Amino acid sequence: MMPLAFDLFLCGLVLAVAVAAVSGRELFGSIVFFIVYGLLMALAWVRLEAVDVALTEAAIGAGLTGLLLVGASARLRRLQAPEEETGSRKARAATAIACLSIAGLIGAAVLLLDPRAPGLAPMVDCSLAESGVGNPVTAVLLNFRAYDTLLESTVLLVALLGVWSLSDERSWGGHGGLRQYARPGGVLATFGRTLPAIGLIIGVYLVWAGSKQPGGAFQGGTVLAAVWLLMAVAGVADAPRVSNRLLRLGLVAGPALFLAIGMAGAMAGDFLRLPPEHAGNLILLIEAGLTVSVAVTLALLVVGPPQRDLPHGEPS
Amino acid sequence: MSVLDLITILFTGAGTVFFIAGTAGLLRFPDTHSRLHALTKADHLGLGLIAVGLAVQVASPLLALKLLLVWGLAVLAAATTSQLIARVALPPHLERQKENAGQ
Amino acid sequence: MTEMPVSSAQLFGLCGAALIGIGLYGFIAHRHLLRRLVGFNVIGSGVFLLFGSTGYRRVELGADPVPQALVITGVVVAVSATALLVALIIRLAQLTGSARLPEESPGGGR
Repeated sequence: MMPLAFDLFLCGLVLAVAVAAVSGRELFGSIVFFIVYGLLMALAWVRLEAVDVALTEAAIGAGLTGLLLVGASARLRRLQAPEEETGSRKARAATAIACLSIAGLIGAAVLLLDPRAPGLAPMVDCSLAESGVGNPVTAVLLNFRAYDTLLESTVLLVALLGVWSLSDERSWGGHGGLRQYARPGGVLATFGRTLPAIGLIIGVYLVWAGSKQPGGAFQGGTVLAAVWLLMAVAGVADAPRVSNRLLRLGLVAGPALFLAIGMAGAMAGDFLRLPPEHAGNLILLIEAGLTVSVAVTLALLVVGPPQRDLPHGEPS
Repeated sequence: MSVLDLITILFTGAGTVFFIAGTAGLLRFPDTHSRLHALTKADHLGLGLIAVGLAVQVASPLLALKLLLVWGLAVLAAATTSQLIARVALPPHLERQKENAGQ
Repeated sequence: MTEMPVSSAQLFGLCGAALIGIGLYGFIAHRHLLRRLVGFNVIGSGVFLLFGSTGYRRVELGADPVPQALVITGVVVAVSATALLVALIIRLAQLTGSARLPEESPGGGR
């Protein structure tokens, strides 16, 4: 009874914050409510015994997405794009009724699901010993369904190419447009010097621990991306030029390594087949490459398209 | 109920009291700086008490150290952001004074 | 032990369905593109919650890791889409001065 009461309370809270995020009057307020919503969703994931997903949701869903949205709203305010007026009352009521009925239909479908279906957990448990890792989610991500993860890392790269393609012809190859507000001796600069060492250890630990406990390449890569972004915003490091060769090597290292291991498996039998005696080490290798690529790609996605090479720290 | 459970209830209860006080301050205080003052109590002291209350429940000292590391990082981040928000929220003539004094 | 009217998994599934409805409303009813993006993300996380809750049905067998892995993939893809959309919205605002689609601006469509 008690767990259900807590789940009920958590769901009510999540729904209330989601309504606030979607219908707030000010843009900035609704974005802040969206970040809170992401953190509450991480709690819901912990209640569903999905700690890896909770880590990912907190880091990427709440943290990185919130960062993107706040940065976008700040840039839009600087470009003086005006806020909106809402549409007619009748249109809004009709939309609300339509959305309510869609939600109702999906909810009815949820209730019709077979509550005794065993799912795929027994199958994963049988093959977990041969997968090379102890964490079943990592085993599914990097061994049983490695094809999905390979394509996912490619999607990240394609999104970055899309963001880069939005830059001006003249600024191609330049720096990304991250503003640096930090005074040289100030609080942010000090923070930007203290945190990276700790953040580096935590990020690498998350990746390494992902083989036995909740963790993994995406969670650790996001922490590393956040550390790099902090260093850039605090004025400690510079967002590199887009044409930097080392940067581009880091971007493709993950997918390329993954693909190479897959092809090696193809020559031995099936594409992406990991032989059980080497699976643990191969997965660690893939995760190392993925972490570097995910960290660099996510940081560059937040930084945005290259802008004209203006004097240090003065983008549009 | 063992002694450890009692300690946990005591410390997390005290931490929750600080969080309630901080939230009440956030909702009731008139301007940004007094709200920051209330929030730092919740973040630093409240989170610390909850972390200690949970740390007595874990099996190994390494896990307890991890919980305290969480508290340390939260304190670092909260202190930095409170400073930054407080500076941004200064009225203009005080901000100029601070700039001249600092530079 | 009395039979609960709805299990934890079903509760979270219903919550996910409600979130899809809320996000859909935000996506359709607003004209400012960043608010539509917030609605889009709420729809996405509602879908993930619904999907993830199907992995919790037989609690005694442990949580099903396959939906969890797919949801992790989904979160990463959603953030890539959000980053691309943010870049597009900022570019649109740089070129036209407003954060709305041209056919929905007060001046009318082309």
